[in-house]
Amino acid sequence: MSVAIEASAAPRPAPDNLRRVKSAYPTWFFLPAAIIYGVLFLFPTIASLFFSLTRWTLFEAQFIGLDNFAQFFREPFLVKGLVNTLIYGFVTSGLKVVLGTLLALLLTSDIIGRGYLRAVVFFPTLVSTIGVGITFTVMMHPTNGIINEAISLFGIKGPGWLTDPRFALLSVALVDVWKGVGLATLIYIAGIVSIPRDYFEASKIDGASAWQNFWEITLPLLKPATITVVTLSLIGGLRSFDLIWAMTRGGPGFTSDVIASVIYKQYQAGFYGLSTAGNVVLFVMVAIIIVPISVFLNRREVEE
Amino acid sequence: MNHARRYWVGGIAIVASVVVFLVPFAFIILMSMKDRKQASLRNFDLPVNWQLWDNLVAVVQTRDYMLVTAFINSTILTVASVTLLVIFGAMVGFVLQRRPSRWSGIANFFVLAGLIIPPAVVPTIWVLQGINLFKTMHGMILIEVAYGLSFSVLLFRAFIASVPRELDEAAIIDGAGPLRLFFSVILPLLRPVVITVIVVQSVAIFNDFTNPLYYLPGKENVTVQLTLYNFQSQFSTQFNLLFMNILLITIPPLLVYIFFNRQIVAGMTAGAVKG
Repeated sequence: MSVAIEASAAPRPAPDNLRRVKSAYPTWFFLPAAIIYGVLFLFPTIASLFFSLTRWTLFEAQFIGLDNFAQFFREPFLVKGLVNTLIYGFVTSGLKVVLGTLLALLLTSDIIGRGYLRAVVFFPTLVSTIGVGITFTVMMHPTNGIINEAISLFGIKGPGWLTDPRFALLSVALVDVWKGVGLATLIYIAGIVSIPRDYFEASKIDGASAWQNFWEITLPLLKPATITVVTLSLIGGLRSFDLIWAMTRGGPGFTSDVIASVIYKQYQAGFYGLSTAGNVVLFVMVAIIIVPISVFLNRREVEE
Repeated sequence: MNHARRYWVGGIAIVASVVVFLVPFAFIILMSMKDRKQASLRNFDLPVNWQLWDNLVAVVQTRDYMLVTAFINSTILTVASVTLLVIFGAMVGFVLQRRPSRWSGIANFFVLAGLIIPPAVVPTIWVLQGINLFKTMHGMILIEVAYGLSFSVLLFRAFIASVPRELDEAAIIDGAGPLRLFFSVILPLLRPVVITVIVVQSVAIFNDFTNPLYYLPGKENVTVQLTLYNFQSQFSTQFNLLFMNILLITIPPLLVYIFFNRQIVAGMTAGAVKG
């Protein structure tokens, strides 16, 4: 109470007062965060641009120009890693968009067991990736795994999910979707709930079908949610390492290697320059794909 | 939707969810309770000899109580880095939201960069070695803070916009300096978003595998996710113990989920419905 009285009794802010108000938000509040971020994230990122051009032992770096990058686009197993990264990123993110939308529609409709369903779809998001990876590796075993045993009950011979070079990467991608679709669903549910009911009432008066409602109202208004899901899952998918490492270690051979696993393998082998070049390639790839989407998102926000 | 449809659509969804989402978890639990011989068959059946306790003891004792060390390390790492993330993230979010200046454009750019750019691994190790923090818990904590800041700042900035400026002005007129204003007036009002940041970041850091793998090698530094990785080869013939380990490290996130469901949902969908 006394605060209010003093505030109203105080003269209108004089220039001196204004400066005091301003200094209540000091720039040095950025400092602790800026130092940690600058030293451990920003500086290494900038340094990586230089070290990717060298043959590097951590103690001395020998400048070799663009050789590391040339190797990335020449060696078959490194090229495979680039292609796999794109496949993995787009497959997981595409499936999360489609399945996330469908699950969100289901979980916002009037059905029994909605609370249970939402909880069970979302929970895998919080579980250890390595734990999920090991569990599915055991379940996907070509002869002893329970997945193929279940399939064989229908008289079909299941594939070697993780041992067949044609399926290994896609099998890991499917597990990634299993683990991550809950987050996409959650974001879509938030999007659907925020659509005003009036729109559907109006369209009902106009005699629209449920199908038309979905295409003409729900889907267009879910665009912000879709942008969020696509951005998040692409950033995660293109950088993905732990699930692939837990399930296949890039194998069989190098058929399920992605850039992130190549970075780790080259680091283990002591090729620090090449490993860092992998980081730069991944950075450029993520930026080329994500920045346009993100710019698009920000422009929408400014307009509104 | 009519009455009958409400039941059969829901019923089908529930059956599908059991097959797709519950069977893997049931598999983990069943495997963790079997004896060694039965577990090696990797079947989905009930344990013949229930060995929950024996397996638990065996896993905990493996390699000189490595799992105990790991739980202690993971707890220290999670608590320390989340504390710093909350304080430093809130400070940045506060000034960023309250006082637009030439710094805020740069800061906003860095926040976005932090979300998008994959960390440069080997150069970071090189920097950590240079400041004597490689293979140390201190270094690992600071790494988690550096990588988690962007997301925290985003959440705090959005929430602080809803805290009325009049409160700041009242505190300033009462003679509060910037530190008093922030720690005694603003921070207590941020409780809901602080809980969200704590919950979301602690699950992420507790489950982090990649960063400790790179920046915190060494037996005495092991974290829970790495025990799984280490035991994977050692337990290649002892699936019961491997799955007991998975079960044990799944319990903390499960508890967090049960108690903080609402905050997790709030944090994970932040910004999704804007626009």
